Amino acid sequence: MIEFYLDAHSGVAPYLQIVHQVKQALRLGLLEVGDQLPTVREVVAQITVNPNTVLKAYRELEHESLIASRPGRGTFVQRTLASDGLASHAALRRSLVRWLHSASAAGLDSESVLALFLSTFQDTQKEETA
Amino acid sequence: MSNALETAHLSKRYGRTWALQDCTLALPAGRVAALVGPNGAGKTTLLNLSVGILEPTAGSVQVLGSSPLKQPTKTLPRLGFVAQDHPLYQDFTVADLLTLGRKLNPGFDDQLARARMQKLGIPLDRRAGKLSGGQQAQVALVLALAKRPELLLLDEPLASLDPLARREFLRTLLDATVETGLTVLLSSHIIGDLERVCDYLIILSASQVQLVGDLQEIGQTHKRLIGPRQNVDAIAHVHTVIEQSQTERQTTLLVRANGPIFDPSWEVQGVSLEDIMLAYLGRQAGEQLAASSSAHKGMEVVQ
Repeated sequence: MIEFYLDAHSGVAPYLQIVHQVKQALRLGLLEVGDQLPTVREVVAQITVNPNTVLKAYRELEHESLIASRPGRGTFVQRTLASDGLASHAALRRSLVRWLHSASAAGLDSESVLALFLSTFQDTQKEETA
Repeated sequence: MSNALETAHLSKRYGRTWALQDCTLALPAGRVAALVGPNGAGKTTLLNLSVGILEPTAGSVQVLGSSPLKQPTKTLPRLGFVAQDHPLYQDFTVADLLTLGRKLNPGFDDQLARARMQKLGIPLDRRAGKLSGGQQAQVALVLALAKRPELLLLDEPLASLDPLARREFLRTLLDATVETGLTVLLSSHIIGDLERVCDYLIILSASQVQLVGDLQEIGQTHKRLIGPRQNVDAIAHVHTVIEQSQTERQTTLLVRANGPIFDPSWEVQGVSLEDIMLAYLGRQAGEQLAASSSAHKGMEVVQ
């Protein structure tokens, strides 16, 4: 089952943090259709958060038809956000790790790596949409 | 939804000093509300007026639909109150305290209290005075919860607790709200944990209510505006300026936005809840804003 965490200094509202974490888990395939989400009470006990915050997050996810609550049974994943490419994640991750190693061998620090990655990412996105 | 607590122009004066002045607010049922303010702002006075320990000098307070002072039998059995420093009879064992709670409160849920004590690992035969500060706070909270109140008032429950004890205390409290739909009003001058725990906010400063409302809405409507140095009259016509600072070249404002901000000369940023609270807490007497959800056209500018 998914475990949530709250970052008090992120500046992101607590309910949005929960929404993001569920979506992230759906994208990465950590949550699949039919999986059960923790009850409000379990989340409250886990991360000491206001129950209305959890309800609000679940309502939002329900609104996007990502999850559905079945009265008396619990809340379940209804739709996934994992793309068909999920299977190739492992191979892509390996080639990314190789690339990161060569970047650090070339003397780039982590900030330069991120900047290079982001600017390249943005450029290719522009090309693809152009 | 009905209100668990409602005050209208509630005021309390000690001699020539107003401890609370013209306080009008409503706390909807089912909320976990934070009552925030610096020491001496009137937080304890508001709580004591709400449980009928104090009599108002002017104005009125309604708790669960009745006056705690004039109709105590209607209100007090449905109210839980833990005073500052969670006072317990130091020579009583935890079991004695449970007996006392049971004898004094008709609806006292002894089973619930024992179950919670066990879960918290608090031995029933230990004297209250021998418990740690965190455990004493937990015992006081469990006793109040076992009364199965509809409204629970807590005066500075977190003040003397270390971060771990604080988290555990809040966990017990929130677990109870899931179970029973209890309304909570807790005063605090520690701002840290409040955003994750509370969903409603009341800010008191200088004996007056500065801000009341849904915590998240408050977070969304307050913005920091940064722009070239300029006169703020135009923006103050539409939005409420809470705080402003000027340098030779730059003007920085913290505003409560009453709608979208169109003027492109301002860079608009979100503000953390902590910064919002501090901005209101810094306000002095006489700068009070019309509080609560009642619509207010922001015309005031902090001088």
